[in-house]
Amino acid sequence: MSDLYQITDLRLSLPDMTRKPLLGPAPRIEILKGLTFCIAKGQVLGIVGGSGSGKSTLGRAMVRLLEPTGGTIAFAGQDISHLDDAALRPLRRRFQMIFQDPMSSLNPRHRIGPLIASPLRLQGVDGADKLALEALDQVGLPRDFARRYPQELSGGQRQRVGIARAIAQRPDFILADEIVSGLDVSSQAQVLTLLEGLVRDLGLTLAFVSHDLSVVRRLCDRVIVLHQGLIVENAATDQIFAAPKAAYTRDLLAAIPLPDPDQPWD
Amino acid sequence: MSFLRISNLSARLVGSSTRLLRDVSLSVDVGQVHGLVGESGAGKSMIGKAVLGILPRAVEVTSGKIELDGVDLLQLPPAERRRRIGALCALIPQDPLTALNPSRRIGPQITDRLVQILGWTRAQADARAVEILGEVQIPDPTRVLRCYPHELSGGMRQRVLIASAFAAAPKLIVADEPTTALDATVQKQILTLIAQMQARHGTALLFVTHDLGVVSKVCGSLSVLYGGMVVEDVAMRGFFAGPAHAYSRALLAATPKYTDPYASLHPVPEAVIAQVQDQLRAADQIWNGGTRPHV
Repeated sequence: MSDLYQITDLRLSLPDMTRKPLLGPAPRIEILKGLTFCIAKGQVLGIVGGSGSGKSTLGRAMVRLLEPTGGTIAFAGQDISHLDDAALRPLRRRFQMIFQDPMSSLNPRHRIGPLIASPLRLQGVDGADKLALEALDQVGLPRDFARRYPQELSGGQRQRVGIARAIAQRPDFILADEIVSGLDVSSQAQVLTLLEGLVRDLGLTLAFVSHDLSVVRRLCDRVIVLHQGLIVENAATDQIFAAPKAAYTRDLLAAIPLPDPDQPWD
Repeated sequence: MSFLRISNLSARLVGSSTRLLRDVSLSVDVGQVHGLVGESGAGKSMIGKAVLGILPRAVEVTSGKIELDGVDLLQLPPAERRRRIGALCALIPQDPLTALNPSRRIGPQITDRLVQILGWTRAQADARAVEILGEVQIPDPTRVLRCYPHELSGGMRQRVLIASAFAAAPKLIVADEPTTALDATVQKQILTLIAQMQARHGTALLFVTHDLGVVSKVCGSLSVLYGGMVVEDVAMRGFFAGPAHAYSRALLAATPKYTDPYASLHPVPEAVIAQVQDQLRAADQIWNGGTRPHV
């Protein structure tokens, strides 16, 4: 199995605007402090960690919404760490993102059909409208939803539109950033079941950013645990849950409230 | 004795015949934690808002009682109702970022209510703010009182809101999804803190959540809601041992558990939805005198 992503010593720092002096540059705050890992083709990788651990920043760097300040990101053998917008555009089709909050990532003034079709049109794909309808089929939404507006849909349906928009591009890789954390359990179960099916049927490679370890265990083959910008553990899912090595992973596991009144909890 | 007793509470959108709450009855005793669970749109937050008298303008209560310490709030004149709720109740809101005013320091956001609504002196209120911040384990309370919300982490902000809720020693607190915005380790700290504070002060707590894991850690009893109707009202241990209603069972089956990854995950099945919908329709038919069924 070949690696789709090879990430080596990835570093990223951003200006800390809360401590910016009136004149002069803001001090930089290091968010990713040297991360090295690979994602194999067809793998589902979980990226977990607490708030502020850098998991969303890592995801955004992988799909090059952010430019790393050090290290390299190789996608399908090509170094994409410092490509400019023009060079990235043809690649964008191949790595797609599903956002956390489908209400703010879907323009409320656009209908669902164009929301899915317009990224395709931007890429110069023929028959964008037809592909958009097929994408709706694939995520189990009726075709007449293409004429509706995002606010007419429930949270789970909106998130399926987000998935449809990503898979319509026939990408090699999808980054899903906390895509079920805003949903109630029933819609969450629907979206997870859908995603499992798509991964299987389309042979997708997926990075799934989440703070919910129960969801990660369900979906992922491999998990990396981030803490304060560093990878504290990188192992197969079963191994992480059966025998977590890092103290932080153990804390994270112990903090999850299971729907079971007899689980020890202090 | 029940401190909060809600009986047959119905509410609807003004000018509409569709009910948002359908004959909701539940009670919370002094020192008890009662959970309100259900999917989005089930009416869990609506019940909390009705108790606190902060329903949106577009929603009106059409019938029923909300008795707080034996007095029906809905029968009181508005000014007296507000005074009573203000003196006896408090809210722990969901999102610690939007619940605090970003342009004001923490101190006055806790003390203003004590001074302006409950008539404390400024000195009493300031002393109480320091004391209560200490109680929620905030290090260096005097410094934090001078901070702006953006200078604190999400967990710290939620502690401030918990402190603020407990500051005037309320008898009832409504906690509306207080940890959904937090990650697992911070959630655990905050839930433990809420449980400790609740036990120490003997407060009645109405706990709104969609997370059944959280329910099993915090609540003594719960009401399962669907479409503004109480589907099941049950003791917590009874619920997890085997919920009586098919909808409750379906909700439990939809919750993923990392300890049981190969259990198949089911969204609530159509048949179960149809069953509760029938129940809703039947309830509405009685309500409408059998003339105009609405769902």
